[in-house]
Amino acid sequence: MTTRSVRALSGALKPLFSPRSPQGYVVAVCHQTHKSTYTAPPARYGGRHTVTLIPGDGIGPELAKHVCELFRFCCVPVDFEVVNVDSTETSEDDINNAIMAIRRNGVALKGNIETNHNLPPSYKSRNSLLRTTLDLYASVMHCQSLPGVRTQHRNIDIITIRENTEGEYSSLEHENVPGVVESLKIITRTKSLRIADYAFRTAREKGRRRVTAVHKANIMKLGDGLFLECCKEVASGYPEITFDSMIVDNTTMQLVSRPQQFDVMVMPNLYGNVVSNVCAGLVGGPGLVPGANYGENYAVFETGTRNTGKSIANRNTANPTAMLLASCLLLDHLKLHGYASMIRKAILSTITDSRLHTADLGGKGSTSEMVQSIMDAIQSTGPRTQRH
Amino acid sequence: VAKMVVLTNVKTVTMIPGDGIGPEISAAVMKIFEAAKAPITWEERNVTAIKGPGGRWMIPPDAKESMDRSKIGLKGPLKTPIAAGHPSMNLLLRKTFDLYANVRPCVSIEGYKTPYTDVNLVTIRENTEGEYSGIEHMIVDGVVQSIKLITENASRRIAEYAFEYARNNKRTSVTAVHKANIMRMSDGLFLRKCREVAENYKDIKFTEMYLDTVCLNMVQDPTQFDVLVMPNLYGDILSDLCAGLIGGLGVTPSGNIGANGVAIFESVHGTAPDIAGMDLANPTALLLSAVMMLHHMGLHDHADKIQTACFDTIRDKKVLTKDLGGSAKCSEFTAEICRRVQDLD
Repeated sequence: MTTRSVRALSGALKPLFSPRSPQGYVVAVCHQTHKSTYTAPPARYGGRHTVTLIPGDGIGPELAKHVCELFRFCCVPVDFEVVNVDSTETSEDDINNAIMAIRRNGVALKGNIETNHNLPPSYKSRNSLLRTTLDLYASVMHCQSLPGVRTQHRNIDIITIRENTEGEYSSLEHENVPGVVESLKIITRTKSLRIADYAFRTAREKGRRRVTAVHKANIMKLGDGLFLECCKEVASGYPEITFDSMIVDNTTMQLVSRPQQFDVMVMPNLYGNVVSNVCAGLVGGPGLVPGANYGENYAVFETGTRNTGKSIANRNTANPTAMLLASCLLLDHLKLHGYASMIRKAILSTITDSRLHTADLGGKGSTSEMVQSIMDAIQSTGPRTQRH
Repeated sequence: VAKMVVLTNVKTVTMIPGDGIGPEISAAVMKIFEAAKAPITWEERNVTAIKGPGGRWMIPPDAKESMDRSKIGLKGPLKTPIAAGHPSMNLLLRKTFDLYANVRPCVSIEGYKTPYTDVNLVTIRENTEGEYSGIEHMIVDGVVQSIKLITENASRRIAEYAFEYARNNKRTSVTAVHKANIMRMSDGLFLRKCREVAENYKDIKFTEMYLDTVCLNMVQDPTQFDVLVMPNLYGDILSDLCAGLIGGLGVTPSGNIGANGVAIFESVHGTAPDIAGMDLANPTALLLSAVMMLHHMGLHDHADKIQTACFDTIRDKKVLTKDLGGSAKCSEFTAEICRRVQDLD
């Protein structure tokens, strides 16, 4: 069965795909198709969650190790199921195993998997495959100015919500005649409505005042025009939230001159890529911002800007903040809010100390020093910890 | 790219004043050029679209004839009509003269402070195809397909222009910006052509970078970039991003290079209808584009003189237009620059 038909049938066959409850435990049936509520998978096996962990390439494996270390130290009731994806393999077995593991557990934490773009087009980006197969339609990045990090702009607080499965990333390309290549950008009404709805719901839940749709509808009249229309439709159902739109080139210009004007931004895939990277750069770089990919049934957490960091791999100089904050988002998703806030507070207090800043923030600190300092901060304030 | 070799003859340039504040800033530029004694005569033309034989929209024949003769144009902002029935004038000009490369040098202006300092980069954007091919269809209700077209010829042409520009302007590196990890075939083709052309320009360093990495690094440290070459959409976004770094469209020059040696330099800001005719406009963008034009024509001395005068005026902060933070009128600003140009002689 191809993955496409599996996805199509999954709606009809949902009960068959629900995890079976182990003997003797009460399990709430939670795979509802209603869009506005999602409950985390129930804790199984003695109150501990199982989360898929995909280390990825570059700095991924070392950061994954630090996450495991930190969780063990804080006695977080999460067990990681590690699935390795070899990016040098051309067969899709590895990534399919990973997808299967995520379906099993419902949540995952991943590092970026490198894509060798010199391979033939039949080799699809592994990260992209994961996102589209699991239908993780919303990529959310919350960029906030952090105290202690020096940047050109202050007081930035932007949530970028990016459609994650269609648009320019449809990977539908063909060479009509040698030397002429067409790449298709697909925009559909259902997915645009879905992401717009997600954006407004998130804005409402977090008490945000304004949603800005980023587009290029003056040039791509049908495609981005449709996206904009869907956003306007959804906006009418949320009268307390101001909705406006901005053309993508003007948006980037405004972001580098006055980023404080933006609140929540919603956009199709490619513009989302550009805008979220600009926002991440504005608050201090790829080492600081966590990212989350949400679907109806699954959630995958990673660093916001999805870099492998190949050039700094295994040198103990990577900034662990992004990955650790992503793991806090994971804990929030699993409703383990106590642990999440404890770890988050410790991370933010460590970041304010510029002596510990890693190379990307202009300092000379090492990854392990930062993680150690976070653990020390937790020890001094937290309940119980476990050193080994 | 054929550069104009100028001896002592006076060159003709087609001037398209444009709409809104266009006429005022064009007049300002002409006055400054006169003060600098630049060997240029101006031929003013209007490019409002007219319907030609066969029902196709085209620019007026006298404008086309003037451009074909002079090969160099300077254009002010043009109003894009919403319901006039004809496509935007900029698009028409692009199609008529096959303006395939859009070049925007972004240099930090001393005296006009932005959070970013020491920016000195050039964005070269492919201007004819890519995501802006305009080929879209609604396949079924609710599903739209937009086609991004990348061809070998266009990619090779823009890559060649980028390296030529780098060589002629003594730049050290060219970076190709792409997203070949996702758009394997299209950006892959673009990248391959860039690599092929790089082989012939071994004196210039060639690197490749993903679009998102460029955006990320650009807002943290723009000094690491030199010349950037990319397809249409990325170019649109990145060139405006870079313009934002140095202070916005009011101070950014831009040039469009076409086939057959045609080049049109323009200001990329809007027509500002609210201040049109009130002598409040800032001619800097058009002036810097005109300086770019002088460099293109080989008149480096005059170009440097005018640019120095302009930057000195802005640095001194005594006579500045409202958008630059002052309260002077456009004519006062222009007069100040003219005075400095004459002093520099």
